[in-house]
Formats: sequence, structure tokens, C-alpha cells
Amino acid sequence: MEKTPDYQRFYEKLYLIRRVEEEIIRLYPSDKIKSPVHLSIGQEFISVGVCEALDPHDVAFGTYRGHALYLAKGGDINEMIAELYGKEAGCARGKGGSMHLIDNKVGMMGTSAIVSTSIPHAAGYALALKNQKSSSLVACFFGDGATEEGVFYETLNFAALKKLPVLFICENNQYAIYTHIKDRMANTDLCTRVKSFGLQTERIESGSILDVYKTAQNMVERIRQGEGPFFLEIDTYRLRDHVGPLEDWGLRKGSKEDALKWIDKDQVSVLGGLLDDFSKKRIEAAVEKKIEDAIQYAEVSHFPENEELYKHVFS
Amino acid sequence: MYLVDKTSSRSITYGEAIYEATYQEMERDENVIVLGLGADDPKGLFGSTKDLHTFFGSHRSFDTPLSEDGMTGVAIGAALAGLRPIHVHQRMDFVLLCMNQLVNLAAKTSYMFAGKQSVPLVVRNVIGRSWGQGAQHSQAFHSFFMHVPGLKVVAPTTPYDAKGTLISSIRENNPVIFVEHRMLYEIKGIVPEEPFAVPLGKGRILAEGDDITIIGISHMVAEALRAAAHLKEVGITAEVIDPVTLYPMDIDLIASSVLKTGRLLVIDCGWLNCGASAEIITQVFEKLQEEKSFRAARMGFAETPCPTTKNLENIFYPSAKTIAMRAYKLINMKEDWIPVSEEAKEIVAFRGPF
Repeated sequence: MEKTPDYQRFYEKLYLIRRVEEEIIRLYPSDKIKSPVHLSIGQEFISVGVCEALDPHDVAFGTYRGHALYLAKGGDINEMIAELYGKEAGCARGKGGSMHLIDNKVGMMGTSAIVSTSIPHAAGYALALKNQKSSSLVACFFGDGATEEGVFYETLNFAALKKLPVLFICENNQYAIYTHIKDRMANTDLCTRVKSFGLQTERIESGSILDVYKTAQNMVERIRQGEGPFFLEIDTYRLRDHVGPLEDWGLRKGSKEDALKWIDKDQVSVLGGLLDDFSKKRIEAAVEKKIEDAIQYAEVSHFPENEELYKHVFS
Repeated sequence: MYLVDKTSSRSITYGEAIYEATYQEMERDENVIVLGLGADDPKGLFGSTKDLHTFFGSHRSFDTPLSEDGMTGVAIGAALAGLRPIHVHQRMDFVLLCMNQLVNLAAKTSYMFAGKQSVPLVVRNVIGRSWGQGAQHSQAFHSFFMHVPGLKVVAPTTPYDAKGTLISSIRENNPVIFVEHRMLYEIKGIVPEEPFAVPLGKGRILAEGDDITIIGISHMVAEALRAAAHLKEVGITAEVIDPVTLYPMDIDLIASSVLKTGRLLVIDCGWLNCGASAEIITQVFEKLQEEKSFRAARMGFAETPCPTTKNLENIFYPSAKTIAMRAYKLINMKEDWIPVSEEAKEIVAFRGPF
């Protein structure tokens, strides 16, 4: 059954993610967040569009560029900001930081800072779900750079072979740090390549959250019916530097003009425009309060005690 | 070879002990699965996984594509979902393809996520030797894994410990690098039929003695025990210790033996540089330096890749004879004794192919 998109919900999530990251940018010069941050600004619509098509019991694997996915999957915002602050109240007690967010209560698996490494985990998790005859599935998010790693192809082959319930989502923002995809691949047609492994694929170039939602919903339904893994490539654009709070127009090939078409169709503005003024303001006020509370929570939380260093090496 | 448990009288091989532990754990816990190249083929990894798929289903014991890196990740992902995968490798050399997943992911997961996730994974690695295994079918990388916090490393030598530590490893909530040796596979020992767990982190004194402490690792325990028999001929009693678990290491057991003997000889089944032997001697020194001065030496693979031809391969490895001579020299500061020693029967008997 196709669900009607809930614009208010979409906007609330998009706005939350955008504003959290803008607050990170604001706070960054204070050096309270002493770790690398990889911002998702411009790419949020993918996490939100796909996660809205999932059920709460489904599981998501992501990457070090994980703020958007963490929040879209329903991760606890207080624990996230506290984690960025390195506080004991953080989702990983300050030992993970921005690159290793986790909230397994909502199916948000811990993220990895080594490109592509969580891709086989998604397949393994899906294998377990299949063995356990679970109705849940796994959504696996990664960037275009990850498709250059060997383990990506090893995983596609195995997932197709075992017909595993995985939705692979490639957020194609075209850049691996500052290197354009055309400088990294002779053939940039990812879908054709992936299809040859025996997966069904689709590419969304519009940058529309509604297209993402609709396509993801369809794929999710078919995966649940046992059709095996699907691959969804979604074009997007990273509006900030690979790492850190700044813009990077002078550093990568291409220019700000390339980004303008993406800025024009920024989904935070587009979705906001679909709401009546009253609803929009109400959502924004609630989100602002939530973020303010989360920052306050992080500010007053304690740093871990020295003994914490040796805890959790083993479970 | 020698008795560990004197209450049972059933004798099985090391390979059979590994098979039995796996079978019994799969029977006990439906979350235990086995995967790896050749896991369900007719030979079943030297018999250790043979026909498990016919008993437990092909969803619980299965062959994999030749994708060691990816399949290690798959095993980790399955472990995150509550399964207890045993990933098998016919040679440890191929595990180099798995290093990224094992070191960057499996070893870090519990810590990076403050214990919210754990990886109950067993990686079984068989070290090869003899009949022309050559440079890429003979390597032992236990020291690599000992270096990384978050991994446990086990290298049982007796059939009893092979069964008991494999059962413990499967029940362990953390990744375990389980190191086996092909030359041990046909060696028999007393092993109780019922399931039993040998706790990880405990070493074992396999021969008692007063004059020297000899630590063997993996197959070198067998050679060390034969060396101890040679040493008896010249009135030397050697205490032979099998650490069984290499991380965490039972250094107290080793140090208390050295406190008694004043001499420590470590025989690694691997290279010496930055290896397990360096670690053992250093840790014993750090522990005993205030109360005891002692002499130490170590032996292991020659500092070369392993050659294929038999006569060179023979001198690549320590043997009962060279170990005995090294121990004699450590005690008497002389080299005036050469024991009459035969090549180990498991090495003579091995005809591979691998």
C-alpha cells in the first residue's frame, strides 16, 4: 500500500537536520566539538525520503557523514550533540564522536569512518534477518566513492546470490573529497554496473524528496516480498566541505555555479513552501526548542571519568 | 600426544575435536553458523565442517564466493544481528584479505559504540606446513592480531583444548582469532564426548621441570615436548608451557615458572621480529626484574619467506632437535651435545595436498 507523503513530517525532519548542522557550524569555532564533522547539508532529503519509507523496526547502516541518517532514523538528538561534545551522556559515551554515531534503539547501527566498510555489514545483518524469518529489512547508505571499493562488489554479488533483504542507497554527490567522479571512473553509469550483479536498480536525478520517498517505498515493498536486494542511486550535491564547517568552492573542480541548480531546488525550502505558514512556524519553533535543549544537555553533561578509557574494549 | 583430561578415555584427533565442538555448539544454539570457502564441500575443511549443512541446513553452514574481505564484513554484520558466525579459512595467509574488517571494524565495534554493539565472531585460521606449502600457504599471523586491542587470540595445541577453547570462543561475545595448525590435525588426544568449555586466557603446564621454562606456540608445543624428552637424556628437566590463549596471555603462569627455573626459551610458530616471542619475554622481564634475573632466548621461523623445497623447509622451522640444543646451550653455555632426533611423525606422514 502506498502511503501518502506527510509533508509536515518530512519538513520537520529536513528542518531539524539542517538546523542541527547549522548549529554545529555556529558552535565549531568555540572548539567545543573537538572532532572532524562531515556535514550532510544539501543531501538531507535522501536520508529523510528513504527513512520515511522504512518501518521503525528496519535497520539502517550509514557512514561517517551520518548526522542526517542518524536523525532521519529517529536517533536521539540529546545523545548526538553530547557525543559531539565528547560527553559521557553521548550515544557512545564520547568514544565515538561525529563519525561513529549509534542509536540501536531505533535501528540506527553504528557508523564507520572507513569508506564502504559497513556495506557488507548490511548484507550480513540481512542474512541474519532472513535466517530469523524476520519481516525487517536493511537500508544501507553510502557515497559514490564507496562504489570504487572492492568490498562493494563482493557484497553486491553475495546479496544478490542469497536474495538478501537489503536496499542499497548510493548518495551520489559526485565528489570524493575534491575529486570529481569523472576523474575517478571511466564509466560513471553505476546502475548498469550494479544491475550486472543481478540487482534491480533505479536512479533519481531530480533531487526531489518526494521522488526518493516514492521509489524507496516501492523498493521496500518488493524487498519485503522476497525479491532480493535493490540499488537506488540518488544524485545530490554536498554544499559544504568534505570535512569541517566551511564551503569548499575553491578547492574542488567545478565551481559554485555547479551548485546553484542544487541550491535552487534545496528540499528544505521546497518542502517548507508546501506548508501553510502557521504549520511551518509551529514546526520550526518546536525544532528550535529541541535543538536548544540538546545543546544545553551537552553543555551541562560531564566528560567521562579517566576509568572510562579502559571500558568496552571487550563486551 | 599427552593427556590433559585423565577422567575420560576417548581418544580423537585435533581435527575431530574441532568438528565436534562446532557440531555440538550448532546443536545447542541455532544462532551459530559456519561460513567460508569450502565449508560445505565434500572435504569440509579437513573434515572440521564436513556435512554440517546436511544436519543444520544450508542457511547455517555454507560456502562463500571468493570474497574474504566482503565475507568477513558479512560475518560481522550477521554477528551484529545476533548470530554467532564461525568464518573459516583453510590457510591463515588468506586472512590478510580480511584485515581491514577485522582490525578496523570487528576489533573496534564494542569500544567505538561503548558496548552498545558487540561482534561475537570466531575466525578460524589454519596455519599450513610441509609437503611444499611454500611462502603463501605457511604463514602464521597471530602476532598481528595480538597487537590490536579488541581481539582475542587463541591457539590451542591439544585436541582437548581445541574442543574446549573453540566452544568458549563460540560463546564469547567478542571477536576471536582462532589459530589452528595443519600439522596438529591428525594428532590424537583424550577428549570428553560431552560439550565443555576451556576458559580463554589460561595457559597450561604440559610437562613439569626445574631447569628451564620452554614456551611453545601452536605446533611448536609438540616440538617443545619432544625436545623436553631429549633434554631428559642429559639430565635436564624442562617445564613446557602452552599459553593456549595468546591474547589475553596467562603471563602469571609463565612468570612463576621462570621464577623457579631462571631460564626462559620461547618457541614461536612464526617470525621473531615484533612477534609473540618478543612480547612474552618482555612481559616476563617486566614482571620479574625486581626479584629475579633470568636468561632468555627465542626461536621461530627463519627470517625468510618459507621455501618450498624440503631440505630448506627443514631448516626454516625449529625442531625438537634444535630446540633441545638451544635449551642445552642456554643452561650450560656450551654446544657440545647433539641429540639423536627423528623428524616429527606428523610432518613425515603429511602428504597434503594442503
